[in-house]
Amino acid sequence: MSTTQLSAPARPPVSRRRGASLERKSARFGWLFLAPFAVVFLVFLVLPLVYAFWMSLHTNTLAFGEQFAGLTNYIKAFSDERFLTGMLRVGAFAIVFVPLQIGLALIFALVLDDVRTRLSRFSRLLIFAPYAIPGVIGALMWGFLYSPSFGPLVGFFEFFNLPAPDLLSRDTIFASLTNIVTWQWTGYYMIIIYASLQSIDPSIYEAARIDGATKLQTALQIKVPIVASSLVLTIVFALIGTLQFFTEPQVLAPLAGNAIDAAYTPNLYAYNLAFSYQQFNYASAISFALGLLVFLASIIFLIATRKKSGLR
Amino acid sequence: MTTSPLPLVDDAVTASGPRRERERVQPKRRPAVGAHLLLAIAALYFLLPLWWLIVAGTKSTSGLFTGTGGPLWFDSDFALFENIAQLATYNNGIYMRWLGNSFLYALAGGVGATVLAVLAGYAFAKYRFRGRTVSFMILLASVMVPMTALVIPTYVLFNNLGLTNTIWAVILPSLLSPFGVYLMRVYIQDAIPDELLDAARVDGSGEIRTFTTIALPLMRPAIVTVLLLSVVGGWNNYFLPLAMISDQTLLPVTVGLQYWQVQSNSATAGGLVWNLVTSGSLLSVVPLIIAFLMLQKYWQGGLSLGSLK
Repeated sequence: MSTTQLSAPARPPVSRRRGASLERKSARFGWLFLAPFAVVFLVFLVLPLVYAFWMSLHTNTLAFGEQFAGLTNYIKAFSDERFLTGMLRVGAFAIVFVPLQIGLALIFALVLDDVRTRLSRFSRLLIFAPYAIPGVIGALMWGFLYSPSFGPLVGFFEFFNLPAPDLLSRDTIFASLTNIVTWQWTGYYMIIIYASLQSIDPSIYEAARIDGATKLQTALQIKVPIVASSLVLTIVFALIGTLQFFTEPQVLAPLAGNAIDAAYTPNLYAYNLAFSYQQFNYASAISFALGLLVFLASIIFLIATRKKSGLR
Repeated sequence: MTTSPLPLVDDAVTASGPRRERERVQPKRRPAVGAHLLLAIAALYFLLPLWWLIVAGTKSTSGLFTGTGGPLWFDSDFALFENIAQLATYNNGIYMRWLGNSFLYALAGGVGATVLAVLAGYAFAKYRFRGRTVSFMILLASVMVPMTALVIPTYVLFNNLGLTNTIWAVILPSLLSPFGVYLMRVYIQDAIPDELLDAARVDGSGEIRTFTTIALPLMRPAIVTVLLLSVVGGWNNYFLPLAMISDQTLLPVTVGLQYWQVQSNSATAGGLVWNLVTSGSLLSVVPLIIAFLMLQKYWQGGLSLGSLK
């Protein structure tokens, strides 16, 4: 991402005035091409963020209408046990999901990079396939598979004369959700890592082989460091996705009865506050606080891994 | 990835044929049993729900509960065509409307987002203007903003304008794709040399014409990738339409199917449509699966774009 590249090619000497006019022209067309996106960016990203912040600083009551309330909503949020429990829960999800998904994705990518057979091509396609399935449908399918009345588990356990576990209970829902998300996203991360493994110049391996490196050593000491930037990218994606966890718990909630409540994740809480209880101001505070935390978490992670990621 | 002709000639002189062959054979490939076992297990795991869906889509509601073949095999009563017929007629054929809405939202949002990303990516990669560096840093930072944080304030804004419960409430926010802009910029920077654009300018081609005739054709792989990613994003979108749309006839298929699931789960008489949930899900994933299979070479190469630089 060099900023000097435009001046890099040797230009024929031009008079200063002509150079200046070229630069003005470049600036004009630059903004012209950027303008449509910039408008959408301002209207659908900056404006909602500013508005969410504004709403979060106000309260709206029947008696007094819209009133400035300072940080009241935030103080309320950070002493609201339901919000804090949800935050801790997505934090726990992130600690489990991110290493699990990226770890599996990396293992699959390394294996697929190493073996080129019909089976491996077929597996690659199948591992990626869930990415083409909408999250709602994925959660619906797993909901059926978990279900005691539809799913295969009951029959499976009956065969061994064992009681079937309830996969939609309070104790098991965390693992059940982990499974759905792993199924849904591992393939996407795998493809990103796999594609950057494929772009490595194979002559590097030759040197390693001559030095007597085993496959495992080649994988861990050569391949992984080279694809570090894609690992960082996928980890950031996984982190952002997990912290705004919404679809899967929302879809499973009607099936899982009391295992998933209205505040299971902060996003679910914000949604229910807004659309079930019409508390848009408080919901905005929660959305904004969540957004800020996600943003800061990703930035901190990116800065911490800046050397590895090569993202500048 | 063209190699320059010189080394090839050199290789030919030093009898490259045998040496190459030896190199290919030499790393004696042990049959990688462990690796294949791992891949086979993985393939089974990732296939399982899809297989279940294919089977379940062919069952009637009673077949889903008490099918003769169990949950993972076909029932003796093959009801796929009855299910499709029922999907087409149930509730005035609302399922077909949902599918149509999903197509509309995904294509309109996806195409729009891609056009904006192409233009903006080109601006960032090929023009120098004041504020470019700062704008690009803001763009990069915005990739980290969780999109769901925007849904509630956007809903309130749209509600004030009377735009909720219209197709615009879903399409307009989908036009925003900072990551698409980032991908386009990375690609354009590498794939389109400045010299080429300068040569066109020297020949008297205007900026717009240079863009449409020279730059645009070279961007095709990245355009297809960004388009595919945005269309998939739109098709899979759930939170936004869930919040914005309450009119049933405007729902996309994802929200509609979940609505049927809730309806069947609360099990009021006549509302049991489990067979429609499963066959509707099956039918709705077919278009994307086909798109992915057809465009394999694009997404496989394209997805790595963002991480290469």
